[in-house]
Amino acid sequence: MNRPRAKSIPPKVWAGVALLAIALALLPFVAAIAGQAWVRILNFAMLYIMLALGLNIVVGFAGLLDLGYIAFYAVGAYIYALLASPHFGIHLPFWVILPLSAGIACAFGVLLGAPTLKLRGDYLAIVTLGFGEIIRIFLNNLNAPLNITNGPQGVNLIDPFRLGSFSFARPEVVLGIAFSGPQKYYYLLLLITIGVIVVNLRLQNSRLGRAWEAIREDEIAAKAMGINTRNVKLLAFAMGASFGGIAGAVFSATQQFVSPESFGLFESIIVLAMVVLGGMGNIPGVILGAILLTLLPEVLRYTMEPLQNALFGRVILDAETIRLLVFGVALVAIMLYRPAGLWPSAVRKRELEVKGGAA
Amino acid sequence: MSVNPSVLLAASSIGKRFGGVQALTDVSFSINRGEIYGLIGPNGAGKTSLFNVLTGIYSPDSGNFTFDGAPLDRLKPNEVAERGIARTFQNIRLFQNLSALENVMIGRHIRTRAGVFGAIFRDRRTLAEEAGIESRSYELLDYVGVANRANHLAKHLAYGDQRRLEIARALATEPKLLALDEPAAGMNATETKALKALLDDIRRDGTTILLIEHDMKLVMSICDRVLVLDYGKKIAEGSAAEVQSDPKVVAAYLGGEVTLKLRRA
Repeated sequence: MNRPRAKSIPPKVWAGVALLAIALALLPFVAAIAGQAWVRILNFAMLYIMLALGLNIVVGFAGLLDLGYIAFYAVGAYIYALLASPHFGIHLPFWVILPLSAGIACAFGVLLGAPTLKLRGDYLAIVTLGFGEIIRIFLNNLNAPLNITNGPQGVNLIDPFRLGSFSFARPEVVLGIAFSGPQKYYYLLLLITIGVIVVNLRLQNSRLGRAWEAIREDEIAAKAMGINTRNVKLLAFAMGASFGGIAGAVFSATQQFVSPESFGLFESIIVLAMVVLGGMGNIPGVILGAILLTLLPEVLRYTMEPLQNALFGRVILDAETIRLLVFGVALVAIMLYRPAGLWPSAVRKRELEVKGGAA
Repeated sequence: MSVNPSVLLAASSIGKRFGGVQALTDVSFSINRGEIYGLIGPNGAGKTSLFNVLTGIYSPDSGNFTFDGAPLDRLKPNEVAERGIARTFQNIRLFQNLSALENVMIGRHIRTRAGVFGAIFRDRRTLAEEAGIESRSYELLDYVGVANRANHLAKHLAYGDQRRLEIARALATEPKLLALDEPAAGMNATETKALKALLDDIRRDGTTILLIEHDMKLVMSICDRVLVLDYGKKIAEGSAAEVQSDPKVVAAYLGGEVTLKLRRA
């Protein structure tokens, strides 16, 4: 009782964690064999993991369908862009802007959550969809009379992430190993992604996480059990939005360029597809969904034309068309054969050490 | 009026209308601490409406409740739960896709405090609180007799066990008044007998019970006092024996034949 839940971790688990750590550390160099483009794709996969996990809080845990989630990503990205670029001449450091992005996105989450508290299902989806579009249209038009967002041209020359004089935008040789820009960003993203995953796991397995799931399962019963559904729902929107904001800031620093067209409805839908397809409410499932839906289109992009050349001797459908076609068919197939997602959540088993002892 | 300390809940002149239907008219009653108070009446008499008004799901058009010495006016369901009234539902409303244990753990929500920072940083206090929630929830599952199903999904439990789980979840909120909406509905004779034993235990351990029930044998054998509603109006209140012999009740609800059966029972 002195130390609740102080379990010893078996050596097998340590070995597994060590192997995974080595694999993740070597991954950018393996990917670089196929080209730096693949390192960038890995980085995007991690951004999408953060986004999908954030959306999973709202959709998977609390059961609130949000079709405008990408707006929070946009808010985070623009906060970084405006506070670390020549656009306003402000150059705040990354670690200052990151919590700021999370905080402001969180405020936007509450802003969206508050008026939609009484809505559910289709109605909520429509309002959130509208919210997403409003943010994008604002970003597109806030260049006059006062130029805040630079309109459709977007914000350019955004500061990269720096550690002292060590800029993440340039290739560099450290300890005799050559790191490209995207490879350096890979490690930064990995660090932040692991942090986001840990926070999500802890949130799910907490008093608050259970309250979210109670609301998803039966809102009236949740209220009757004393859960303040208004506050708990607002917290779901706020926490989900914060992760969107973090992902947005990192995106901004990685790309060094943002424009409103990165934050369209299609992006919202892709992130939602990652959550649903991976397994709503199950964190490993959502991570898997994000990785698959980021990699699959890219793999198809690089393999479809050579494949047609090999089969028919010429390219019948161009890569872009067939990519979307195969992608769509794959999504439909998964939903038909695994309607709860690729990796749905299982019953969480709990074993109390003093089980049976208490009466 | 509510100076009597032995009264836990006093309702005075409760009225509720749904469109053209007067669901409740001028209903007054009081529940004493430590008793099992029955609420009966034919289908559509307004029993569940009274429950919903009491627990804040609807607000009454007229009248008010005094609970534990303070008014219970215009509170939201979660505030009513916080004040100490927990309920179950006529059509079981468990959190279907969560385990039995998690259902009860959610019932602890209102009596625990950890927030976002506690969840993320897992400080000593949050860990201790979580351990407390878990062990208390196991105890409650054991208390109602479904501890062996703790890690099963609520929807996979047998019907009678689901009813018991709902009671455990309600007890987890540490209620002063436990309001049960037809807990014996759909139970066979053996299950009902076990339920009666459970209700006796709950009363013995200090929780007052408000019971809506159609199983007359159960109501008459366990309730200290009974309130009879018909067409949203109170037609009788008193001990089981008094109510059974009340001609208005017999006429409105029980009928001659049923009375005979009850006497034999």
